[in-house]
Amino acid sequence: MHVHVRYFAVLRERKGCTEEAVTLTEPTTVAALYSALFPPTDSGALPVMYAVNEAYVSSDHVLASGDEVAFIPPLGGG
Amino acid sequence: MVRLTETKIDIDVVRAAVSRDEAGAVLVFEGVTRNHHDGRTVVRLEYEAYAGMAEAQMSAICTDVMERWPGARIAMIHRIGVVAVGEASVVIAVSAPHRDEAYAASRWAIDTLKAAVPIWKKEVYADGSVWKANAEFSDEAPSR
Repeated sequence: MHVHVRYFAVLRERKGCTEEAVTLTEPTTVAALYSALFPPTDSGALPVMYAVNEAYVSSDHVLASGDEVAFIPPLGGG
Repeated sequence: MVRLTETKIDIDVVRAAVSRDEAGAVLVFEGVTRNHHDGRTVVRLEYEAYAGMAEAQMSAICTDVMERWPGARIAMIHRIGVVAVGEASVVIAVSAPHRDEAYAASRWAIDTLKAAVPIWKKEVYADGSVWKANAEFSDEAPSR
């Protein structure tokens, strides 16, 4: 199955793109997808919140086919 | 009224969205871009949003405000794109029957916006740039 991943801010710059389709071959949590797409470095992983279909979800949320996924790096609005 | 805009915010429009005869208090908060950070001179700010979700979260904040402070009305506009130093990046207008509710609702709205609305800010200096993180950010998902 496929999910549609959106990248913003520092994660957009790291990926070099704003969005992409990702194929999942087994049930995957949103946190597992983040770790796969952004492997932690020696200094650890950037803390993020998770959004699926434009709503916040917990890290153990299991993705469904066609979901729009976004990783929300530290916010700077206001 | 909730909106993202790429152009300068017209404060009168935000204020007018909450003005009404029942309100004894109208409070307009402007978040303004600073010209310095940790001794470095800021040249400009660049705001980026997850637009659909940002507007949904801003609408949810407005709904929560009207539930928590009955009688209050609220409107908010946030800039995206390049914002010059000294301009408002966000404007929040609150009206309420009395000033206590207006101050409390305004403060809660901006604090919640900084913690939950998916908008990011890059500070651009003469010699580099940094994505700035709000102190209100936590990686625990908001409850809505």
